[in-house]
Amino acid sequence: MENLISVKGLHKHFGNLVAVDGIDLEVQQGEVLGFLGPNGAGKSTSMKMITGYLAPTAGSISVCGHDVAIDPIAAKTCIGYLPEGAPAYGEMTPSSFLSFVADIRGLGGKTKTNAIARAVEQINLEGVMHQPIETLSKGFKRRVGLAQAILHDPKVLILDEPTDGLDPNQKHEVRSLIKEMAAQKAIVISTHILEEVDAVCSRAVIIAKGRLLFSGTPAEFAAHSYYHNAVTLSVASDISATVEKTLAVLADVSGIESATTDRDMTRVTVIPKENRSIVGSIHNCIRQHEWEVDELFVEPGRLDEVFRTLTTKSESTGEETRT
Amino acid sequence: MSRTLTILKRELGAYFATPVAYVFIVIFLLLTGVFTFHIGELYERNQADLEPFFRFHPWLYMLLIPAISMRLWSEERKAGTLELLMTLPISLVEAVIGKFLAAWCFTAIALALTFPVWITINYLGDPDNTVIIAGYLGSLLLAGGCLAIGSFISALTKNQVIAFVISFVICFLFNLSGFPLVLDMFSSWAPQAIVDVISSFSFLTHFESILRGVVDIRDIIFFGTLIAFFLYANVLAIEAKKGS
Repeated sequence: MENLISVKGLHKHFGNLVAVDGIDLEVQQGEVLGFLGPNGAGKSTSMKMITGYLAPTAGSISVCGHDVAIDPIAAKTCIGYLPEGAPAYGEMTPSSFLSFVADIRGLGGKTKTNAIARAVEQINLEGVMHQPIETLSKGFKRRVGLAQAILHDPKVLILDEPTDGLDPNQKHEVRSLIKEMAAQKAIVISTHILEEVDAVCSRAVIIAKGRLLFSGTPAEFAAHSYYHNAVTLSVASDISATVEKTLAVLADVSGIESATTDRDMTRVTVIPKENRSIVGSIHNCIRQHEWEVDELFVEPGRLDEVFRTLTTKSESTGEETRT
Repeated sequence: MSRTLTILKRELGAYFATPVAYVFIVIFLLLTGVFTFHIGELYERNQADLEPFFRFHPWLYMLLIPAISMRLWSEERKAGTLELLMTLPISLVEAVIGKFLAAWCFTAIALALTFPVWITINYLGDPDNTVIIAGYLGSLLLAGGCLAIGSFISALTKNQVIAFVISFVICFLFNLSGFPLVLDMFSSWAPQAIVDVISSFSFLTHFESILRGVVDIRDIIFFGTLIAFFLYANVLAIEAKKGS
């Protein structure tokens, strides 16, 4: 697979502020890369540099083999970009706006008509094609931005918070669309919705304070969790104390957490030592004591917890960064 | 080049998509009418020329052109569409020229709509139409100069009101730079050469020489250089302000 995006030693300083502090990144065709990080971590700034909007302080970026600094027009030709907040010209209608973008991208005649028709169909924009964009709802505005980004069927798609402000149905649609397009493209999305990583990304990177803290598949990401391989079971509240006591002494168990879910059920989470698999021994235990268990599942790991641990750890290093 | 045309088309469309264009054209025509016939006393002069019509254009443009140019870049920066535009495969120079030309075409349309004045004077008398054509050319060049200044100022701020006020003041200074009001500020301390240079920047001097029907290449070069200079500054301003 060829590398469609290749970023080396990327730095961006705004005066004394270090927004991006040495990021290396490669994205291949077929990958959907999730950019994660707290607000102000440098996600948007990195995307602005990859798309050629901002010039890096140091480092090099190449997109589809074109160096963004040397041949920006060629690089921009193969990128589709949805900037943060999906900006568009408010007084234009989606129809005239898409036609404008197609003209700038050099699509003409039948190619242009087909490109617009395809994008409109994929994004479901038919109903609002002739209303001024400023009168559209937030969800439709974002869809117009997406349609603009995929108009020329680019090899590289960079989407800054594509699902921000959408309702759950619209989020689902956008995610399905991303998955549909993934095979032929290299897609980078930034988000702070962690479930999105699981839903669409083939790989996730975490950025905080302008640095890359983690890179791996969503499963690897989850494996960093304190809860990875933990087992959760629901039992009646009156036997929960016994259950906790029995399970706590099992080998490989490092701790127990419990929470009352409703009046008479308690959810017990058993945490293993060093993320070892303990579901077998717990299962045996349940059979042996003939407990009635409502639910029993192994946790893959909690993304929000990993995210918090990774990103707050870097905060304590106390470097000056952009907020 | 075709991308510059695309920008031009979009920008020109944007003027007419909102009431701005119509309000501007109506006010412009009303004001030229008032200036020409009442203050300029076109009829009372009993001369078959359009001098009273053109004479007030520098003052009209000083007020009205910033209203056209103020949105050119401020709006893009404020709405975030600058990022969209600059990540499309188009160079900044193409975009700057496209937007400037759109605003210039718009003023040309407004100016062309003053044709009844020209018809009137031809009906009433026998004017030298080459002088009138020179007058229109001079007026267009003057508008271009004000627009380039306004476009540059608009690139510096996200606030359209600030862009309007500052462009107004700068056009005002350019208009008056041959007059004692401006020259006195410099003559007391600056060498005579600098005072002369400042005085040669006067829009009024260059415009008036064209109005007399003498289309001097130096006046055209003056306005051409002025436009090129401010559009170049415009490009630099956008480059510098992109991150903020």
